[in-house]
Amino acid sequence: MERSNTYIIVYSVVMVVFVAAVLSIASFSLQDKQQENVEIEKIQDMLMSINVIATTGDAKILFEKYIKQQLVINTKGEIVEGKKPFALDLKKEYAEKPDNRNLPLYIAQKNDSIFYIIPLRGKGLWGPIWGYVSLLSDKSTVYGATFDHKSETPGLGAEINKPFFEKQFIGKMIYDSEKKFKSVNVIKGGAPQGDVHGVDAISGGTITSVGVDAMIDTCIIGYDNYLKQQN
Amino acid sequence: MAEKNDSLFSKKNLQLVTGPLGKNNPITVQTLGICSALAITVKVEPAIVMSISVTIVVAFANLLASLIRKSIPDRIRIIVQLVIIATLVIIVDQILKAYAYGVSKQLSVFVGLIITNCILMGRLEAFALGNKPWPSFLDGIGNGLGYGIILVMVALIRELLGAGAITLPGIGEIKLIPESFYEFGYANNGLMILPPMALITLGIVIWVQKARNKEIIEHK
Repeated sequence: MERSNTYIIVYSVVMVVFVAAVLSIASFSLQDKQQENVEIEKIQDMLMSINVIATTGDAKILFEKYIKQQLVINTKGEIVEGKKPFALDLKKEYAEKPDNRNLPLYIAQKNDSIFYIIPLRGKGLWGPIWGYVSLLSDKSTVYGATFDHKSETPGLGAEINKPFFEKQFIGKMIYDSEKKFKSVNVIKGGAPQGDVHGVDAISGGTITSVGVDAMIDTCIIGYDNYLKQQN
Repeated sequence: MAEKNDSLFSKKNLQLVTGPLGKNNPITVQTLGICSALAITVKVEPAIVMSISVTIVVAFANLLASLIRKSIPDRIRIIVQLVIIATLVIIVDQILKAYAYGVSKQLSVFVGLIITNCILMGRLEAFALGNKPWPSFLDGIGNGLGYGIILVMVALIRELLGAGAITLPGIGEIKLIPESFYEFGYANNGLMILPPMALITLGIVIWVQKARNKEIIEHK
């Protein structure tokens, strides 16, 4: 049956308004639950960097158990009061000039050893990449690292969240023997054997690897002053 | 199709559900929805979740479209169908993000891409707009399950040969190939995990089905 134009226009308007209302209700009522999932994932990633495997159920309990101190520092190495590290949006912080950045730092304790967990945030090929690096109490040796990404290419750049890549970071040093900041570099073509400042990049995932390299460098250098003071 | 005094589960209605499982399968016979069938069959778990999501969306999209079929202006019917599908897909996506976060991350963009799954538009256009709500709903369930059966079948083959394990929702990974096989030099076939093998596996499934059921072979 042929309908009049008025009917079609009214029909579409009513339909769109109705659908918009339904979707807003759905999104609004599920928001808290979704937010919680994101937080739990963050905790799981963080704990993974100190080799603690948390499930969605016990993540929050384990977080309380292992994370002894949560700090916000600035690049001068001073502690910034009155800010919650968990609520910091790293994307915004790293968009600021280095001097204005608020950087979260988590200090964990496991079996009487102290670990410094540094959250990372950077750019991959298609979208953001992020991760956590934990340092031993010497504040230079990497104890563990985890990475994740939003939309890197499966099989290539997306491999950064696989254990074979993450495990390479264990035991690497971010400072050289003269206490100069060196970072851990992701080297295309493979790091030389015995290099304590380099790991192998992912073949086919060059841009993502470069992103990881830059992310580790730009993020950890912000903690340089803090880590040096502590020594 | 359904007569006025058909009972809810008459033979005719049940055929709407069982038909797509076999000789009227949306993937292997109607060749709809191939794209997502290739993309998310690396592991069994996302394949199952995807099948459930598609079944829910296609069933309710069919139901809704059929309920308002008499009011839909012919000239914008495709747009109306798209809006119905898109709304349902977004709701499913939001629910997955809230209650099955891990799986929703694995499915990532493919949940959104249910919107472009040809099965949905195909069923709305070919069935729901011309039939009553209940048969339309059943047709949706049938086609969703028909899609799911093939998806899970392909995923089972790919994950078993590619990773030597099966992941099931709520249970996790089950290693099916014993360690001793690996010690004798058996290796997982990494090629099975790559997209081209999905196409080949699907081809084999279609071949087997057609070999067993001569009715569905097209004659020129």
